[in-house]
Formats: sequence, structure tokens, C-alpha cells
Amino acid sequence: MRISQKHLLARKKQTTVAALGVTFGIGTFIILVSFMTGLNGLLDGLILNRTPHIHLFNEIRPSEHQPVDLADEYKEGINVVHSIKPKQSLKRVHNALPIINYLEELPEVKGVTPQVMAQVFYISGSIELNGVVYGVNILDEERLFNMSDYIVEGSARALENDQNGILLGAGIASKMSAKLGDKIQISTVGGGIFPLQIVGIYQSGLAEIDDKQSYVNLVTAQRILGESRNYITDINVKLYDIENAPPMAVRLQRQFNIRAVDIKSANAQFETGTSIRNLITYAVSITLLVVAGFGIYNILNMVIYEKMNDIAILKATGFSGRDVKWIFILQALVIGFVGGVIGLVAGYFFSVLIDHSPFETDALPTIKTFPVNFNPLYYVIGMVFAMVSTFFAGYLPALRAEKIDPVEILRGQ
Amino acid sequence: MEPVLKAQGISKSFTDPVDFQVLKDINFQVEKGEFVTIMGKSGCGKSTLLYILSTMDRDYTGNLFLEGSKLTGQSPAELAKVRNEHIGFVFQFHYLLPEFTILENVMLPAQKLGRRTAEEIRADALEKLTLLDIAEQANKLASRISGGQKQRVAIARALINNPMIIMGDEPTGNLDSHNADNVFNIFKQLGKERNLSLLIVTHDDDFAKKTDRIIRMEDGRILA
Repeated sequence: MRISQKHLLARKKQTTVAALGVTFGIGTFIILVSFMTGLNGLLDGLILNRTPHIHLFNEIRPSEHQPVDLADEYKEGINVVHSIKPKQSLKRVHNALPIINYLEELPEVKGVTPQVMAQVFYISGSIELNGVVYGVNILDEERLFNMSDYIVEGSARALENDQNGILLGAGIASKMSAKLGDKIQISTVGGGIFPLQIVGIYQSGLAEIDDKQSYVNLVTAQRILGESRNYITDINVKLYDIENAPPMAVRLQRQFNIRAVDIKSANAQFETGTSIRNLITYAVSITLLVVAGFGIYNILNMVIYEKMNDIAILKATGFSGRDVKWIFILQALVIGFVGGVIGLVAGYFFSVLIDHSPFETDALPTIKTFPVNFNPLYYVIGMVFAMVSTFFAGYLPALRAEKIDPVEILRGQ
Repeated sequence: MEPVLKAQGISKSFTDPVDFQVLKDINFQVEKGEFVTIMGKSGCGKSTLLYILSTMDRDYTGNLFLEGSKLTGQSPAELAKVRNEHIGFVFQFHYLLPEFTILENVMLPAQKLGRRTAEEIRADALEKLTLLDIAEQANKLASRISGGQKQRVAIARALINNPMIIMGDEPTGNLDSHNADNVFNIFKQLGKERNLSLLIVTHDDDFAKKTDRIIRMEDGRILA
């Protein structure tokens, strides 16, 4: 109502201070939350984005049931077998191609990529560096696991087009002082030397990976190992919803008699870090808003003291206690709304500023500025925060205004 | 015809700081178009009585009727409505809202009532201000005019919803004799022209003598 407006306008300074309190709280909330979640996304992305949601592979381990367990005549006894060794078996996934076809048909699966892992030596002059080469469908990897974010030189496309190309880890490249376009040789554990051309260099940010790991095409890896086209050692699955990963991993493990590891059990610590950072963000923001709320509470209390006469006269001329209460709640809400909107704008402005500040790190070669998350949801939450906190800050003084007895005021003069 | 205002056996006691009966069995009524003053010494309970009659004070025994309908026992919200619509107030101190212009101050109770459009209210408010001869000040802030003018604005505000009765608590108490006369004449004229009842508490003998009826109070009772 217009009375609230007049009150606010008549007290520009106090109103501004009160609104600034809210602005500050909301602005800080937006900045914090955008920045924090941006960082969270970045850190999660560092590992989680390129980690498959479910990783299927054939683990070498001893058989759970030894022959003696199956023999009828020893069923009653306690059988102890010493020094169990794993059975001779292939590293490949059995029936890999049908499994891939099956997985791709599932509605919750976003994509499936087969991989061939090969232990190799990178040969640099007389030095042999040991490492791992993954044979991949590079374009699928790029699509599902953001490969291209980590390719610092060359491109995924170049690897796809070159059967003798290799995407070399940055660590290995610097050790071998190899550049884009150079030829290097790798040898397998089984012997045999293959010359490959460097079509790209990638840097994941994790030194132990960059020092060992390289990518080639699927068929190249199969050729290096001397295996056929259906030789697949790992199957990586990406789902639409990460929450489906654990139950699905269990199911696949049972269904295909294969080892299936889901992302959650593999990277549990990331979840914890994320939730704690979120907690801190919200705790700081709420504290700021509570402080702003006390500011509003104080100012409205003062206004009500000053306006005792006005309140009395309003009541005498027929405004009910409710009307008077709403006049003051409205004032609080206007302060909250104006302060909140300015806070959102300021928060957005600073977020943009942060988003454009340089931030370079070896860990993330493609990131040049601070990561900021501009999720509109946080702006909605911020506004709701502002309105709720100012409503409560205004409600208590307004309740007092409602209860003021006009007779006492009018007689007191 | 029903009296505009009727008080029946109204008593009121304060218990704090000591038990004290301010009003003792007050009975009287105000007829339509009557100009009544209540006189009495300080502390005789006349202001207390006025606030009970005005419905703002609900803490009393006895019954209060406005044009035959009983007001005693109604909820504060209902009473606020009654005040808004049927009772106009003028106080010793002028009690205008200082952030508002004269015109807005006058319009406020009518906007609360919400029966007419803003345009109609504005026209009516200007008419009332013209009647009280301060229309030329209409767009000034209420804090920028003199005491006599403020009191006339307060009267205009009391009139805006065309009430049945106007009550005043020493409306001339804070004015010089010239302005006091002025206010009295306005009241008198209003009573005649609009058949409005007036109930005024005053100390001012000269003021009281000119009215239709004087109710004298002493120690919480009405003297005959």
C-alpha cells in the first residue's frame, strides 16, 4: 500500500542501508554459490567426467570354487587348499561385442565405448619407457568423456583418420622430447615394434596418467597385440543418470559374469567434498541474511516507535490492526525485494567478473578462467531467501504495531 | 427515531496502579444533528468516556449503540470498520500523516473504505477541503502548514466518509482563540447543513456555551 511506500521514501537513508544489507547477503550468496558450484563442477569433471559410470572388465583372480568343493566325497569335510593361483585366462572380455550391443539398447545408457588395453614400452633411442596404450573409438570417447578438453595439441579427429596415429600423454612426450608430427616406436610385452606418428598430445592434469597413458585407434591396438577384431579388454558405460550406476553395475556383474565397477564406489570421496562445499556456501549465505534480517528488524522497530502517532491515527480512522501490520510487513518485503534484486544483479555482475578472471592451472589445460556456474536456480533460491528472511524480520515489529493501543497513544499526549 | 449514539450503564475501572473506578454508570444519548459538549475537570473521566464511545477502548461494562445497533462485544476488526464508516475524529493534536499531502491525508479513510474510485474520492476530498477553505493547500505536505490549518484538514478527513457523528477530544485546546472560533463555526455549520451529530470534549467554556447541550461530568458521573 501507499503508506508503506511513503514511509520508505521518507526514510531514504535507513531504507537504503536496510536494502544494502539484503543486497550484500544475496549478492554474496550468488557469488559464493556460483563460484563454489562452478569449482565443484570443475573438480568433479576432472575425474568424474572422464570416468565411466560403469567400467566392465575381466579381473584376474582365483576361482571362488576349487575342484575339491565340487567333489561329493569331500562335502562333509573342511577343505583347505593352500596357495591358490588364478586360473590361466584371457584378459579379454568374453563376448564383448554382443555385450556392447546389448548395453547400447538399454534406455538408461547414454553410450558405450569399448577399449583395448595394451602394456607397451615407448622406445626413445636406447631408453624404454613402460606405459599403457588404450585402443579406443576416439570420437565416442570425445562425445561421452570429453576427451577433447584434454587434448592440448592436435585433435581427436586426426587420430580417427590415421590408423598409425597415437595420442601421446604429455608426460611421455616431454620425456621423449617428442613433438606433434614426430614418429615414435612402441614395443609390446610380447615383442614386436610398431612405428606410430604423433597426431596429438593430451594432458589430463594427473601426472601419473600423463606419464604412462596414450591412446590409439581400437584396431591399431588390436593389431599391436596381434589380436582379432573382437578382442576387447574393457567396456565403459556412460548413463544418463549417474544414480543408476550402482544397481546397474551389480546387475551387469551377475548377468555377464564379469567385473563391473560403478563410479560411486570408485570415487566416493568426491561426493563428500562436493556436499561439504555446498554446506559451507549455504551456511555463510544464511548467516549473512540473518545479519541483514536483524538490520531490517531494527530499522522497522525504530520506524514503529517514531510512527506511534501515525499508527494511532490510522487505527482511529478505521484501519484495523491487520491493516497496520501489513503496512509494516509490506515495507519489509519491499526492502527485501529491492535489496534482493539488486543483490542478484550485483551477484551476477561479480560472477561474470570472476568468470573472466584468468585462472591457469596445469591440471586443466583447457581452462583459462575461473569456473562459474550461472544456474538460474540459484537466483531463484536467492530471491526466495531474501523474501523469507525479510518477511520474518518485518513480521515481529509489525506484530507489535498491530497490537498498539491507539487510546494509550492519543491520551498520552 | 433512534438516537445516533446511545450509552447505557457504562462503567470502567482501572486496576493499575490502584483500583479506581473512572466511569460510574454513564447513561446518555446523542440525537441526530445535535451538538453536544462534554465538560468537566481534568481527570473526571471525560476523555476516557470519549474513547469508549469512539469504540477504540473496548475495556468497559455497559452497552453502546450506534443508530440502534449494538457495538459492545464486536471484534476489533469490525469496530475498525464502524469507525471508518460512521465515526469521524478530531483530536487536540492534529495527527496528520506528515509524509502525505493534505489531499492524501483526507483521502486515506475513504480509500480504506474502498467504496468509491480514487477519482471520486479525490473530487470529494477537494470539495471537503473547499468547504473548509483550505483547498489551495491541497498538494502541500501535511507537515508544512500551520496548526489552525491542520485542524481544518483533520476535520475534512473526519468528514470524508460522510459519518453519522463527529467526535472531538479538545479540538480547540491547542488553538488560539481566533482559530478556535473558526473551528467552532465550522462544526456548527456542518451540524446544520448536514444534520451531523457532534460530540466534543472540551475545557473551553466559551466554546461549550454556544452548543446545543452541555454534559457536565464529575468524578466519573454525569451531573444533571
